[in-house]
Amino acid sequence: MTLLSVENLVTSFRTSAGEVRAVDGVSITVERGQTLGIVGESGCGKSVLSLSIMGLLAHPGRVTEGRVMLEGRNLLDLSSRQMRDVRGREIGMIFQEPMTSLNPVYSIGYQITEAMRAHDPKASNAELRARAVAVLDRVRIPSAARRFDEYPHQLSGGMRQRVMIAMALACKPKLVIADEPTTALDVTVQAQILELLRELQAETGMGIILITHDLGVIAEMADKVAVMYAGRVVERSASADLFDDPQHPYTLGLLGSIPRVDEDKTRLTAIEGTVPPPFAWPPGCRFAPRCPFSVEACTVSPPPLREVAPHHSAACLEAPL
Amino acid sequence: MARYALRRVLLAVPVLLGVLLIGFFLMQVVPTDPAVIRAGPQATQEVVDAIREELGLNRPLWAQFGFYLWRLLQGDLGVSIINNMAVTQELSDTIGPTLELMFASLFWSIPLGIGLGTLAAYWRGSMIDRCIMAVSVGGVSVPVFFLGLLLIWLVGFQWQLLPFTGRGGPLWTWDGIQAVILPAVTLGGVFVGPVARMTRTAVVDMLTADHVRTARAKGLSEFLVVLRHALRNALIPVITLIGLQIGFLLGGAVVTETIFSWPGVGRLAVGAILSSDFPMAQGTIIVLSAGFILINLGVDLLYAVLDPRVRLS
Repeated sequence: MTLLSVENLVTSFRTSAGEVRAVDGVSITVERGQTLGIVGESGCGKSVLSLSIMGLLAHPGRVTEGRVMLEGRNLLDLSSRQMRDVRGREIGMIFQEPMTSLNPVYSIGYQITEAMRAHDPKASNAELRARAVAVLDRVRIPSAARRFDEYPHQLSGGMRQRVMIAMALACKPKLVIADEPTTALDVTVQAQILELLRELQAETGMGIILITHDLGVIAEMADKVAVMYAGRVVERSASADLFDDPQHPYTLGLLGSIPRVDEDKTRLTAIEGTVPPPFAWPPGCRFAPRCPFSVEACTVSPPPLREVAPHHSAACLEAPL
Repeated sequence: MARYALRRVLLAVPVLLGVLLIGFFLMQVVPTDPAVIRAGPQATQEVVDAIREELGLNRPLWAQFGFYLWRLLQGDLGVSIINNMAVTQELSDTIGPTLELMFASLFWSIPLGIGLGTLAAYWRGSMIDRCIMAVSVGGVSVPVFFLGLLLIWLVGFQWQLLPFTGRGGPLWTWDGIQAVILPAVTLGGVFVGPVARMTRTAVVDMLTADHVRTARAKGLSEFLVVLRHALRNALIPVITLIGLQIGFLLGGAVVTETIFSWPGVGRLAVGAILSSDFPMAQGTIIVLSAGFILINLGVDLLYAVLDPRVRLS
């Protein structure tokens, strides 16, 4: 059975400018032991998507359509009490900013055992401590037993992100959502954290949703990729296929804007224009105004996501490109 | 932690010295001659001069201050000009009731203010929030003396439910508790509003913090999320405000003690000032300021308990 399948999810925010669909009909699937990369610019709805899956949307956001099926159970039908049991125990989450995502006034050990205690209230303190030290050890934090009582401000950024990962893994979730896990870290630490996630995935067989704006991270980590633009998935394929043979003009543009060592280019190609804000999305294809391939029909109605090659879909009338 | 505490304690010493200096010179600029007061209205000039000599009032100011400090270090605050009682004796008799009143006021008002502020923050924008904030604005706006008089008139006089003059006994006796209720409600009443407002602001801030989202993602209940991850972090600014407000509470205590005839330092201060009893007034100023300094010292030390970043820096 598929671990997680999000089907036609719509998340809207009621604003003074009217109802805004930050996530508009998104479908994705994640298998056990696999990594799904979700890539897109800031504001494309990728973080809202992850919060929708976790049921952590803040007011005035809410899911208005679609299903979030975790092993056949629709999470959107669960009560808030049941959803609490899912969070942390079945789906763990790693956030972008390890500086602010940990509470500065509690020791890291406390924050990890707190996650464990929430799902196992009967466990003794000594047992939880031992388990937390084991988890810290697993995320390769040196002298974990001693670090247990340290506070977030005593750790480096990379160490804090390891603590965040330890916290997300504390209750052995089946799925981990990592929202820009390496964005705030410097490049060498980034590589270490990605390596760690890969190792932990091999050990536990967990599924990972990796949200990033960094195609390099996707290339390194993801088995499958969904490219998001303005609240919609515009292209979906195996990771290798996306880089070899992109089928959506937006993906093409993203790839063109990465510097490459094997090409002798003096200037990077940029995508013309900017991402329109949600209340100014055009009626047809949302990328049409910036798209070099756009034709008249693109501005009429949104192009559906359709298979243009085996296991490779793109939401473009002109595809295959 | 020990070094932090020591540094805070040492910093309190110059502040206390400054307070002594200001208190001493304030008394000098008051246009009343203590020697005349002490001598009484019928005294001759010779008697007044003799008393001035006896009190050391004809020596230069710096010498008087030095002498005053020297005696203070020996625990001697002089005697009352009016009734010859030792100032230290009067102070030690009145400080207990004042502490009692402060405790009884804070005991209910701080938890209530923090609780209301947290509720308002959690339900911000709702009817609950607006009601709580309206009540707290009302609380901030009502002067202590007015609230006190209102309670005396209504609860004490009209309904005859509770006593409203003097202290009934120690707090652990039934009479003591009954007698402290109205003064404590009066004095604490003006405290609830500011604490609630400050708590609300701080908790609203914290509720949008990243670490609160992390706490929710762990699967904690909303109660624990608010209590442990929003309120706990919000307490640092709230404690600061409480420390500052307790200073004003000392001023409020002066008013409250006067209208409820509570035998505390505040009432002693008012009596001493009204009768130009300089040594006594100075003594009460020292006690009240020392209280203020001690409370702020306590707040500084509480920071360290609440925030590991302070403790370890």
